[in-house]
Amino acid sequence: MGKFFAVVLVIIAVASAYPIVMHQFPLPQDISTHGHLIDDQLNETMVEAGISFVGAQLVLAFFLWSFTGRKPGSALKNFPGGARVLVIFAFVIVGLEVLALGVMGQKAWANVYFSAPSADALQVQVQAEQFAFYFRYPGPDGKFGQIHPEKIDEGSQNYFGLDPENDVPARDDIVSGELVVPVNREVHLMMHGKDVGHSFYVRELRLQQDFVPGLDLSLHFTATKIGKYEIVCTQLCGLGHYNMKAYLNVMSQGDYDNWLKQQSQ
Amino acid sequence: MSETSAQQAHVHAPPEGFIRKHVFSLDHKVIGKQYYALALVSVVTGMFLSWLMRIHLVWPNAKIPGLELLSKVGAPGGVMTPEYYLSLLTMHGTLMVFFVLTNAPFAAFGNYFLPIQIGAEDMAFPRFNMMSFWTTFAAWVVLMLAFVIPDGPPIAGWTEYAPLSAIGKDAGPGMAWGASLWGISIAIFCIASLLGSLNFIATTLDLRAKGMTLMRMPLCTWAWFITSCISLLAFAVLLPACILLILDRHAGTSFYIPAGLVASDRLQPHSGGSPLLWQHLFWFFGHPEVYIAILPSMGIVSHILINSMRKPLLSAKVVIYSMMSIGFLSYMVWGHHMFVSGMNPMSALAFSFPTLTITIPATILTLIWLGSLYGANIQINSASLFALGFISMFVAGGVSGFFLAQPSIDIYLHATYFVVGHFHMVMGVASLFGVFAGTYFWFPKMTGRMMNEGLGKLHFWITFIGTYCIFMPFHYLGLIGNVRRYQSFVDDYMTPYLGVHKFMTIAALITGAGQLIFLFNLIYSRFKGQPAPENPWNATSLEWSIPSPPPWNNFGGKHPIVYHDPFQYGVKGSKGDFVMQDSPEQVPASGN
Repeated sequence: MGKFFAVVLVIIAVASAYPIVMHQFPLPQDISTHGHLIDDQLNETMVEAGISFVGAQLVLAFFLWSFTGRKPGSALKNFPGGARVLVIFAFVIVGLEVLALGVMGQKAWANVYFSAPSADALQVQVQAEQFAFYFRYPGPDGKFGQIHPEKIDEGSQNYFGLDPENDVPARDDIVSGELVVPVNREVHLMMHGKDVGHSFYVRELRLQQDFVPGLDLSLHFTATKIGKYEIVCTQLCGLGHYNMKAYLNVMSQGDYDNWLKQQSQ
Repeated sequence: MSETSAQQAHVHAPPEGFIRKHVFSLDHKVIGKQYYALALVSVVTGMFLSWLMRIHLVWPNAKIPGLELLSKVGAPGGVMTPEYYLSLLTMHGTLMVFFVLTNAPFAAFGNYFLPIQIGAEDMAFPRFNMMSFWTTFAAWVVLMLAFVIPDGPPIAGWTEYAPLSAIGKDAGPGMAWGASLWGISIAIFCIASLLGSLNFIATTLDLRAKGMTLMRMPLCTWAWFITSCISLLAFAVLLPACILLILDRHAGTSFYIPAGLVASDRLQPHSGGSPLLWQHLFWFFGHPEVYIAILPSMGIVSHILINSMRKPLLSAKVVIYSMMSIGFLSYMVWGHHMFVSGMNPMSALAFSFPTLTITIPATILTLIWLGSLYGANIQINSASLFALGFISMFVAGGVSGFFLAQPSIDIYLHATYFVVGHFHMVMGVASLFGVFAGTYFWFPKMTGRMMNEGLGKLHFWITFIGTYCIFMPFHYLGLIGNVRRYQSFVDDYMTPYLGVHKFMTIAALITGAGQLIFLFNLIYSRFKGQPAPENPWNATSLEWSIPSPPPWNNFGGKHPIVYHDPFQYGVKGSKGDFVMQDSPEQVPASGN
């Protein structure tokens, strides 16, 4: 039965690696300026993890093939070099992997989180709530109106709790259910949650960031391809969680300007 | 404590009467079996819930006969509602993590075998021990009550993130009393675990037989000991976290709730709290919890492998130190669950490095297991199959951790099926493989009867192959960005992959059904199995030196004397190729 086990392990190793090697589950297209760093890091990790996985299963299979069903009383042998060699191997090889991935992988992280958005980035405020995203643009005056939680009223579509009667900058604010941005321009999202935790996830942007009620978080990105992409909530937020989504609509500058004009009217 | 007073502190009279023997028993062996039974009921329930979820995911409108009996509101006419899916998901996770993965490998087997393996008559504090089981049972009852209250179980997942879990009924169905029951149940569970861990530590340190030095303890005893140290520190943090949650829900405090929240069109009457506080406290417990689940199985597997290989591991010391390093590092990595949570992005780097570093002791363990197989004389039986399967599963689940430990990759993979595949394989299934191996190995000692080997092997093949069929595709789906905790896949990009989900559901149904073979074997062998001899596996540790099943006081009032470590295999002894720990025979000095 040990030999059968060995064969099963080889089949499992090959069958598990096959969909990856054959790219049967490809990453979605990357539409961001930083995404290739994440993809490279993921691919590099895949190679290392894949070799470790397949290698370990094959070694297990080989030893099962060789050392089961032996004649009773067969001489026992020890692994050449014993534990010392294996411990040194683990420290050196895995240690180097850890250093390489750990240190080099920070580039992508730093690109998303450690650089400030440029001053002329398009500012959009995002509010996440059960079970929708709302996006607010400052309007022609370039200033956001103040938020008053007690004035939030879904019925009159005052999602952000604005007070246009008393607050001048709030009067021209544009609120949209879709995140519309111009292509190749940096976007600075200012994120807050209205009720419970949510998350902003766009696969194609290689971005994911939680909304934490009580915290104002910020995220910046540049979308490089025109198109419509799904924004989904990835933080369990209640009964409608699976249905909480919006779209990221990346437009040419001209189309974006037209859209903005329409919204202001 | 001197040996005499320590030995006397835990001595109790032979149990008399049904209640003292089988219900409120002080005997660690009965308590171990009670933990096992509770874990068994929980794992069957948890697995059944996962079946319902898997069926719903691929056939959302399927009428499941009888489901309306479980909840009229949650499944009108037998068709599951989206929110009921989340209720089942929460209960599945909670039952599995707390009542199965914490109870079975650690509390059940640890209770039964730790005292025997160190040559003690019982635990250091038998009454505490009884209390810790019945407190755990109370926690289970409170949790299960969530199924029968009108509002149903909570929908916030087993992690119960605040403020969803903290603001009460405004958060949605199940978040009124369902979530309160969850908080109360887990708080009670924490108390039980604290009592249990203290007992394990005191027993290991104080009640070892003459000659049983720490380094002569079997590796599973080591694993239970290290786990009890981890458990003591982890549950001590989750307990206050749950108390604060209950206070937020019922006493109007605001530990986890900031100002200005509007839920269900109502401005919440709270201010000054932080949702991240819950996440920090929860994961400070939550990550060590992963090792509370897996370390005992590592110990059990090592113990069984040595017996099946008929030779010692390359180095027992390295295994012990690796398990200790993993336990130690497990306290420095909780933030890797929170890379995208909004905490300071600098801290992601600080949490990432120790997380990646855990790979080193984990790799050492794997290499020691693998390297030890070289040149062995491996005996194949149900127990060793599951022990060997554990290695395969541990590697498969472990390598995916390498992705998630890196914040830059976690940005993309966080909250996808990749994560679900990772923890199910490594902390769920690998850990359960340890439990299965332990069951096949120790059943003869616990019951005095052998389990059926043919059924055991059939169970192994269905479970081993089935597990890969279910959980490997989880990783692939994570790569395409398939988001977890969704009750249906309404998005276009998922359409080409629905077939994969169907495959996984069918694999889950078959693998789950395969567990019925195990249940049958367990019950049938308990009553009709072949009578077991004292030492059916020619093993060396002390549990095999006493009758099967052991008498109420384990060693019949005698105090065993230990002469060797438990790794004396492949030597010339009077009974064969092994020398038992309590045998005064001379053996060649070993490097272990």
